[in-house]
Amino acid sequence: MSNVWAVCKKEIKSYFTSPIAYVALTVFLFLFGLFFQSIILWFNSYSMQMAQNPYYLQQMNINQMVYPSLFHNVSIVLLFLIPLLTMRLFSEEKKMKTDELLYTSPISINQIILGKYLASLFVLSVMLMLSGILSIFAFVYGNPEVKPILVGYLGLFLMGAAFLAIGIFYSSLTENQVVSAALAFGTVIVLLILNWASIAAGGTLKEILNYISFTQHFDNMTKGILDTTDIVYYISFVFLGLFLTHSVIQSRRWR
Amino acid sequence: MIEVEHLFKKYGDLLAVQDLSFAVEKGHIWGLLGPNAAGKTTTMRILTGYLPATDGKATVAGYDVFEQPNEVKRIMGYLPENVPLYPEMTVQSFLHFVAEIKQIPASERKKAVEKSISLSTLESVRGRLIKNISRGFRQRVGIAQALIHDPQVLILDEPTIGLDPAQIIEIRQLIKNLKGERTIILSTHILAEVTQTCDGVVIINEGKLMASGSLDVLTASLQKRDGVFIRLREGGEEKIEHFQNIPGVDNVSTRDDGYCIEWTRGKDSRDDITRYIVERKWGLLEMRSLALGIEELYLRVITGRTE
Repeated sequence: MSNVWAVCKKEIKSYFTSPIAYVALTVFLFLFGLFFQSIILWFNSYSMQMAQNPYYLQQMNINQMVYPSLFHNVSIVLLFLIPLLTMRLFSEEKKMKTDELLYTSPISINQIILGKYLASLFVLSVMLMLSGILSIFAFVYGNPEVKPILVGYLGLFLMGAAFLAIGIFYSSLTENQVVSAALAFGTVIVLLILNWASIAAGGTLKEILNYISFTQHFDNMTKGILDTTDIVYYISFVFLGLFLTHSVIQSRRWR
Repeated sequence: MIEVEHLFKKYGDLLAVQDLSFAVEKGHIWGLLGPNAAGKTTTMRILTGYLPATDGKATVAGYDVFEQPNEVKRIMGYLPENVPLYPEMTVQSFLHFVAEIKQIPASERKKAVEKSISLSTLESVRGRLIKNISRGFRQRVGIAQALIHDPQVLILDEPTIGLDPAQIIEIRQLIKNLKGERTIILSTHILAEVTQTCDGVVIINEGKLMASGSLDVLTASLQKRDGVFIRLREGGEEKIEHFQNIPGVDNVSTRDDGYCIEWTRGKDSRDDITRYIVERKWGLLEMRSLALGIEELYLRVITGRTE
């Protein structure tokens, strides 16, 4: 475990000594703020209109009307930013030949992968935690329920974690960071929009496409619905990504 | 300490190492020589566990490199050809990271980092980012990281490349100082380095073993005669006959403005030759051995010439 921690620490340091973490954090928080503000403004003006009718005013709910669309928008931002966090993790080691140091040290490939993955997960967590500060406004001026918001955040975290695992896999495939980012980006988009295809499909295929699609599982969580199937789904994606990374590194050395 | 038996490595269709066998005793420094693309780096990478071999066996300190890679990695320091450095780290934090992944216990880490910094004389750059230090310092950081866990075995791939002459001498001295406790294999293109630091050599070409052994033994096997080159104040063809009369001398020839006098290996005719010249007051200006230099030895092995 100390090996994992050593690699993880080194990667976190390298995120924060290079501009990557700061750029990702700034862009993410700026866009998060922008979406949050515009959705709240829309919700405000809508509430004004509804104020004339006490029955409709009763139906106005921040949890249902603000957060789900906020989380959906933010998931698109993550889609753009996460490949930037993962693209260098293995590509750079290979390009700078520093992998020779790692692979000739008494430390296993799994420990290296896990250390790097946890470091990227740490940056994601910082992003999400800092964005949480904005929700203070929702609590000051309204009275939303906490649990659905937390479930939504959990959804963002799990989806981000799955994105990261996919990104790290592509980073292990190539020493070119741009190629690795582009492939990760493409794959994540396909996974996000797979449910569009399910509209045209029917029967079992529809169910399969819906199950594989990221959006379907995320949708539940943005609404505050916590289902173990969704959690298992994302975690299995993480395992798949990390397992493929391990296979790539292992097979490269044997070639 | 290090034993390699019938090692093979294939990259696709390319045979990088073919049937390579050699052994290095404990406490010795051996040089791995060969032209570019001879398989030196591949051999070193296999020994360090970075690359698996296609076939064959390699053991280090009794541990099988393929069966017990972690045990081998724990007692081995490795300086690759491209020094593996993270440019955005400082020298000290980099060495600290290496100490961690080499599994030096937390309580001893600081001491190990300090020791490797002072061994490689890095005190003046310890706080600087690696991307801002010179090539020579980077090479020394590479050596420091290889030494940090006080390994019994050191594998150095071209340790003096990119250094200035003063630094080369310093690093050579450092390597010599490490001898005794540690077994070292180094690869180099500078043949003088081998005569100065190594006890023996392994010469490979196109992945195949051409020769291996201590320098004296190799020289003896390639050279059947010993000899000297001498230069006199006054030369001349007529002196050749005189020299041929000296007992033991087999062959006399002229070269440049002196003479090459050779005799069968095992004897030493130098005393007789000197006395002969001095007695006749011919004026001996220069006398040097015609023994095979490392360059000549290397070329003969690589090209397959014996005489």
